[in-house]
Amino acid sequence: MKWAVIVFPGTWSEHDCHHVLTARLEQRADLVWHKDADLSGYDAAVLPGGFSYGDYLRTGAIARFSPVMEGVARLAERGGLVIGICNGFQILCEAGLLPGALLRNDNLQFRCIDTYLRTETCNSPFTNQATSGQVLMTPISHGEGRFYADAATLARLNAEDRVAFRYCTPDGRVTPEANPNGSLEHIAGILSERRNVLGMMPHPERASEALMGGEDGLVIWRSMINAMQAARV
Amino acid sequence: MTVSDRLLQQIALSRDEYQLAVQRLGRAPTEVELGMIGALWSEHCGYKNSKPLLSLFPSTGERVATRAGEENAGAVNIGDGLLVAFKIESHNHPSAIEPYQGAATGVGGIVRDIFAMGARPIAVLDSLRFGPITNGNDGVTVEDVARNKHLFRGVVAGIGGYGNCLGLPTVGGETVFDAPYTANPLVNAMCVGVARQGQLVKARADGAGNLLMVVGADTGRDGIHGATFASVELDESSEERRPAVQVGNPFLEKLLMEACLELVERGREWITGLQDLGAAGLTSAAVECAAKAGTGIIIDIRQVPRREQGMTPYEVMLSESQERMLVIVKRGQEDKVKALFDRYDLHAAIIGEVTDDGLVRIHDGDTEVACLPAALLTDPPLYRRDGTPAPAIAALQRYDLESLPDIAPEAAGDMLLALLRAPNIASKRWIWRQYDHQVLTNTVVGPGHDAAVLRIKGTRRAIAVATDCNGRLCYLDPFAGGAIAVAEAARNVVCSGAEPLAITNCLNFGNPEKPEVYYQLEQAIRGMAAACDTFGTPVVSGNVSLYNETLGTAVYPTPVVGMLGLIEDVDQRCDAAFRSGGDTVVLLSGGPAPAAAATLAGSEYLSLAHALTAGQPAIDLTAEAAVQRVTLAAIRAGLLSSAHDCAAGGLAVALAECAAWGGNGFAGALPAGERLDAALFGEAQSRIVVSLPPARLPELRRLAVTHGVTLTELGVTGGDRFCLGDVVDLALAAVAQALELGLPEALA
Repeated sequence: MKWAVIVFPGTWSEHDCHHVLTARLEQRADLVWHKDADLSGYDAAVLPGGFSYGDYLRTGAIARFSPVMEGVARLAERGGLVIGICNGFQILCEAGLLPGALLRNDNLQFRCIDTYLRTETCNSPFTNQATSGQVLMTPISHGEGRFYADAATLARLNAEDRVAFRYCTPDGRVTPEANPNGSLEHIAGILSERRNVLGMMPHPERASEALMGGEDGLVIWRSMINAMQAARV
Repeated sequence: MTVSDRLLQQIALSRDEYQLAVQRLGRAPTEVELGMIGALWSEHCGYKNSKPLLSLFPSTGERVATRAGEENAGAVNIGDGLLVAFKIESHNHPSAIEPYQGAATGVGGIVRDIFAMGARPIAVLDSLRFGPITNGNDGVTVEDVARNKHLFRGVVAGIGGYGNCLGLPTVGGETVFDAPYTANPLVNAMCVGVARQGQLVKARADGAGNLLMVVGADTGRDGIHGATFASVELDESSEERRPAVQVGNPFLEKLLMEACLELVERGREWITGLQDLGAAGLTSAAVECAAKAGTGIIIDIRQVPRREQGMTPYEVMLSESQERMLVIVKRGQEDKVKALFDRYDLHAAIIGEVTDDGLVRIHDGDTEVACLPAALLTDPPLYRRDGTPAPAIAALQRYDLESLPDIAPEAAGDMLLALLRAPNIASKRWIWRQYDHQVLTNTVVGPGHDAAVLRIKGTRRAIAVATDCNGRLCYLDPFAGGAIAVAEAARNVVCSGAEPLAITNCLNFGNPEKPEVYYQLEQAIRGMAAACDTFGTPVVSGNVSLYNETLGTAVYPTPVVGMLGLIEDVDQRCDAAFRSGGDTVVLLSGGPAPAAAATLAGSEYLSLAHALTAGQPAIDLTAEAAVQRVTLAAIRAGLLSSAHDCAAGGLAVALAECAAWGGNGFAGALPAGERLDAALFGEAQSRIVVSLPPARLPELRRLAVTHGVTLTELGVTGGDRFCLGDVVDLALAAVAQALELGLPEALA
């Protein structure tokens, strides 16, 4: 199994993701520059956090035109796993690989705080190692993370069990106070129609070592490894 | 050429300095030459008032790899073949005029200083001072408060806007509000980077024939005379200086940082030097590189990529457009360097070359517009002045604090809550939750503690970093205040389990031409130097920001200290929170009797309760060092559950913070003392509050005895109340709420 950690100009979580994958989980992972369109040698792609193209114009709006996004789309088409974290989620929405959009936080400020995520479905390659409703402490770090989609899209996401995570309290209650940015229906992460693309605003790579304050994020990486192993058999 | 006073004023050169330049040059300088001389002879670039005093700092040590003044930043060896480069720098005047961009470009500038050395930046800290943001302070008007809030919000937004986009964690610092900073805020940014031994690059233009290449942003008219602007007092016309403030582009800086670090990693053999373009832009960068190498340079300003039409040579040479670097490329390697920057879509233009004649020659196409010795530019006149203390200070020092009425026992609880709520003491969460403090996944202990702790990947090691300075104490006694700034910064890193290694500093003072300000500068430096000698922490880098005055009133003397500490094993670390119930709480202290009225000198309590800044601050450096040694040894031996520096607000506030942060209450006897106010809120130095399991107390006692440190049992952790004798009995939730809501309420 081989991971591509995509680097756009302005990406800044690539080393954090790469560190967790290689040093913590002993995976093979490459940093792939955005000008490289060929991801045929990879099983999974990580679109890390950052400010691709400085977030100028609109978050993710320029990065979606990078050559590598063709490779990401083809990887998703052939059933490979794609996880977009923070800016990566924003790019996937701009690229049409996920529905909806991420708007300015309702408090109008950047927020870097610990949040708690309730796992809404275990039926995905990103959550198959989680228990239903499992609460994952995972930090956010963004100014534009308010998930928005029209009513029909939201209804479809719910009906198709494609909401992966909602913001919740440490004991798993989904309340307005636990929602750090005003996301509709407290949504923190969603799945694509085929369930092999995940976008989430919180950073699981920052919650993958006890020394960094927690290991709850590991369940996502381990689910992905598990799903890829299963696909190989 | 006769020069007008107005022209000289514009470049902040005195008539005498102009005459000296004419004499050294043997002729009158051209317009471009005069601009270059003015910029490099400014206090900001030339340190003409401070250099003789800076030599008082200890600058050497076993771990020092790059000494102060040698390169863009200092560097120390932390073992495992690794170096840590760090420096703090001011961006005060730009932030006073345009807080967002002023603060943003302050971060950008200090980060460039670090990666210019070939070190990868891993953290940013910010030491900030503003005027009061709440009403009711002496002599501060409602309009002042509104303006202070505007500056505060703008600076915080600017630091976040730049640092967050750049992908560097902002892990610590301090924010202080006090009247003398009204209209002249202090914005000091510190950056810390890591490099492998042997990886550092010098900012030198070696080898005649080698090429000068400018990379990064195009050059515009922004920031012309920025270095000069930083070296004059602010007045009513300062708003008109807005063109002297630069505009930052953090995205471009991110690309520039990654490209330069790749250049150092992959193309070290292609270059001889790397230098950032900061104050005085191309002039300063190119001249300093040449002077250091003893070479000369030729630059054709027509080759410098511009973002505006019709720029004059003067403007090109003095522009302070951000996000630019100067690379000294070995002849023949230029295509490789260009290709590397091209990959990041960054411009790289050859603008000149290195010569061997020691001359700086500026060409505008075929016309030579400047030709002068590099050494002339980097050798400004130095001033050794005579300082005298302001008479008013002596009266404040002699103020009879004993004559103040003691606090009534029934008022103590409310006073504690009022102190916890005061913006200077309250939690700064409102600030740092707007900063990414975790990116790069090294932050083991983030903002809100005595020091931030960052692990060094691939090793067992971690570093601890903290900034500190109490301007009030420096105002009352600059020598003691300077020493205390170093001591407290050292105490902060010690409380995290780190051994203090070295410091950087940013000396923020008023106009040094005034004898009372020069006195403050000299005494503060002497006090800091004494403390650095005691703790074995040399000064490896720094920055001087003088002329911090508005309409003739100086800021408090504020020599901010940035301390670097080393934790050999990251598991042997500590923080301030009472981790568990049932621990014994102990005060480790040294020096003279701590609870007398004298310890109220310059305290937060005195300011809040009596609207008074007076008294004689004092520190016994030997006793301080002993307290720190005991604490560090106890942490390394695994004895302690927590350790917290006892500073602003005194012992009662320190205990309340430990309890609130840990979610564990506290019950203890009232600290002994002659007066209740001094016992609770006095700010005697050299005190650390620690908690530990009762079974480990005998070991701690032995350590304390060995080092001559006083150990006082204070009480026990646990429960949901915070109690001090029979005078304070508060719900822990109320204590935590006061700390958390103080700042948001002040801003509401």
